[in-house]
Amino acid sequence: MTDARTEILARVREALAGSAVEPAPPSARRDLASVATPEVVDLFAERVADYRAVVERCGADDLEDRIAAALPAGQVIVPSGLSVRVADAIVDDGTLTAAELDRIAAVVTEARVGIAETGTIVLDHTPDQGRRAISLVPDTHICVVREDQVVPDVPDAIALLDPARPLTWISGPSATSDIELDRVEGVHGPRTLHVLITHPE
Amino acid sequence: MRVALMVTCINDALYPSTGQAVVRLLRRLGVEVDFPQAQTCCGQPMVNTGYLDEAVPVVRTFVDAFAGYDAVVTPSGSCAGSARHQHSIVARRSGDPALQEAVAEVGPKVYELSEFLIDVLKVTDVGAYYPHRVTYHPTCHSLRMLGVGDRPRRLLEAVRGIRLVDLPQADQCCGFGGTFAVKNADTSIAMGADKARHIRETGAEIVVAGDNSCLTHIGGVLSRQRSGVRTVHLAEILASTEARSIEGTLR
Amino acid sequence: MSGTFVGMPAFPTAAREALADSQLRHNLAHATGTIRAKRARVVAEVPDWEELRLAGAAVKERALLDLDTQLVRLEETLTANGATVHWARDAAEANAIVASIAKTHAAEEVVKVKSMVTQEIGLNEALAAEGIAAWETDLAELIVQLGDDLPSHILVPAIHRNRAEIREIFRSRMAAAGRPAPSDLTDEPAVLAAAAREHLREKFLRAKVGISGANFAVAETGTLVVVESEGNGRMCLTLPEVLVSVVGIEKVVSRWEDLDPLLRLLPRSSTGERMNPYTSTWSGIHAQEEGPSDGPQEVHVVLLDNGRTRALADEVGRQALRCIRCSACLNVCPVYERTGGHAYGSVYPGPIGAILNPLLKGVGHDDQTDSLPYASSLCGACFEVCPVRIDIPSVLVDLRAQVVDAHRGGVPKPEAAAMKGAAYVLGRSPRLSALERLTGLGMRFARRFGPTAWTGARDLPDAPGESFRAWWQRTDGGRKDDA
Repeated sequence: MTDARTEILARVREALAGSAVEPAPPSARRDLASVATPEVVDLFAERVADYRAVVERCGADDLEDRIAAALPAGQVIVPSGLSVRVADAIVDDGTLTAAELDRIAAVVTEARVGIAETGTIVLDHTPDQGRRAISLVPDTHICVVREDQVVPDVPDAIALLDPARPLTWISGPSATSDIELDRVEGVHGPRTLHVLITHPE
Repeated sequence: MRVALMVTCINDALYPSTGQAVVRLLRRLGVEVDFPQAQTCCGQPMVNTGYLDEAVPVVRTFVDAFAGYDAVVTPSGSCAGSARHQHSIVARRSGDPALQEAVAEVGPKVYELSEFLIDVLKVTDVGAYYPHRVTYHPTCHSLRMLGVGDRPRRLLEAVRGIRLVDLPQADQCCGFGGTFAVKNADTSIAMGADKARHIRETGAEIVVAGDNSCLTHIGGVLSRQRSGVRTVHLAEILASTEARSIEGTLR
Repeated sequence: MSGTFVGMPAFPTAAREALADSQLRHNLAHATGTIRAKRARVVAEVPDWEELRLAGAAVKERALLDLDTQLVRLEETLTANGATVHWARDAAEANAIVASIAKTHAAEEVVKVKSMVTQEIGLNEALAAEGIAAWETDLAELIVQLGDDLPSHILVPAIHRNRAEIREIFRSRMAAAGRPAPSDLTDEPAVLAAAAREHLREKFLRAKVGISGANFAVAETGTLVVVESEGNGRMCLTLPEVLVSVVGIEKVVSRWEDLDPLLRLLPRSSTGERMNPYTSTWSGIHAQEEGPSDGPQEVHVVLLDNGRTRALADEVGRQALRCIRCSACLNVCPVYERTGGHAYGSVYPGPIGAILNPLLKGVGHDDQTDSLPYASSLCGACFEVCPVRIDIPSVLVDLRAQVVDAHRGGVPKPEAAAMKGAAYVLGRSPRLSALERLTGLGMRFARRFGPTAWTGARDLPDAPGESFRAWWQRTDGGRKDDA
């Protein structure tokens, strides 16, 4: 008896016998916006807010205060490479278990890219964002996105992102449409998503 | 321009008044149509039920009947769709290259009535008069297989005296679907009942469509419900004038 | 455990039962009406939607036509990324692979991301037979699992349930599966969602093995993609030590950038959102050089055939393998809206199910599968909304021909005999003309003795005095006496 791999590949080849493979079209990548225009950042803020996330815009020098004001009661965790100071935060060293993370109220991270058209934030879990679990288990996620990280649409983001990294695309707080196809926010992921869009001073 | 009328089997046997309306309408617009006597049916009932071998002689008859015409006009979106989009499947099945060639030649010349009026004759106001409250149901094959778009509506809007009222959820299928109406009768009737309800909600006296097959189903439900709403084919409204108006079928 | 579709009756019979359930019809009409409006709104926002559909269809089609190369490439990249790749010809092989991995880790339970393919292969039942509990963590799947029910929609498997029914299922069934529902549970969707959060959290936190499918698998990078809403997917993909993903071989796309049209098409077509709340991508094992490891450190991918190569061999039907499981075709289908998903007798209901099931299983073997290509009025609404342009009506018609051909030979059934008779009459116009003289008689006969399938709820029209053809001859096309 042939092994499954050999047999499946043979079946595929047999199924496709006589069918021509279309040549791949040239890459559809368009010219990427080098600087995020104010309109694109405005759209990003508006579209993120559409998902009932909390959206604030502030200067980089104001960020520490805004984060402090946004934090709920309880402990807060931050990734080791976070570039902004968060008072009394636990710095993740990778040792906390999921159950321990569940006792932490909030997480503060940065992001890799913001997508204006869809109101999406993408994390690539580098040290300024931390491992995936820390931005998942705590119930409040405070996410800092710099204006110059915002791109117009999905293709721009795809071109910037590195597939070798684990990626988490976030569009609003966790939600479900499973009951009568009505959208309800707040299931398993963070029920509060607080986005701080910062402009350089 | 040599123009043939493809009356369709259902109009031939059950709704001759629709075919007569097309003839009168086109004559009024200066087009004399031929009626090739050899025509029978487009073969769609067989194709859509899966009987491709049985459709081969029917399609052969079709292309023999309509060969050589510049345009073939038909008062049915569904049958036009069958000729344009399905005959090639049947021809391929036959394995006969001559039939495939004939189908490729005739198919693109088939026009549904509203397409023929607007795209070929370039008329929107056909000089019709129809003093009734009417709602229009766009049939699925005219809407989605042919893409007639708003052509029938534009023709109706130009009719004098007409009061055109919007049909809620107009683009939902009425539930006819050819042999679907019998093979899945319960579902077909449930769809037809909803369509009839929406038609009654408009308060229209008349529901118009471009396919008598769908109107047979819709009218059958409306009649059973004693709704008093009549069904009329688009061609009959467009053919109507002050001198000669068609009251439609009260089933 | 959920029920099973095995032994379902043919579509018309199952549909009749569903149509008689007025609560079901109400739930479905409400839910599909809501989602249709949402989809239409967000699709209208995209100026180049048609171009996007073409691009989506093209990336899937290209990968399918080059599938052997793409699969080998995917295996290479996944392996290079630290994942273990398995191949499964059918459901039994796939289930055995997953069970064996779970047993290696002495897991008594696994947590599952919503996945159509694991429903298709009956993984939960297979794991249960090995003493392993598989917990569904998507809200709708949880409702179905707790209710010992069957899924009825691709995206929202509990679409046939309204909020009051869901409250009752949670109240009576949650305790037996773990943390009970709170005593003050109401039927507010937000309250029901919160109850699901509490119930499942303990399962997420202790799970050793996670099971997923994948929406897409990128061959050039060895990346899997899961698109979801609730965060249950992130939980299952991130917290367990071991992750097993069962992936149909048609999920492969060639390049990283191929994700672009698909990630834009899917959420708008599916939940009617600009983007779904969460999308996760991972490329094998993620061990950071500096800092902590991230996510499961043992990653398996099971590449599954289970009829897909059969579908691929069908030149008309193979386009069904482009399907990205958005459910837009279900939501616009007038048949689905009235019968619901159970009538289709499969985890893949609606228009896509009506083609996918016969393509995966083959026709001519059982009446249920053979009935599915006929479960459509061919209205074409499905093709119009399909984000990857699957021409479902054309595939339905082609499959109908396959069903008829599979039953040729032997004594013809009444329908086949009628079609042969029609072919004879319609093959020559004089034969039709002769028969038309009997139209009046025929209609009178039909009214009295005809199929109640038609006359049960629909009147028949009156027959005209003469056929069109007879009128034409009598009046010379109306020139002599246009009466």
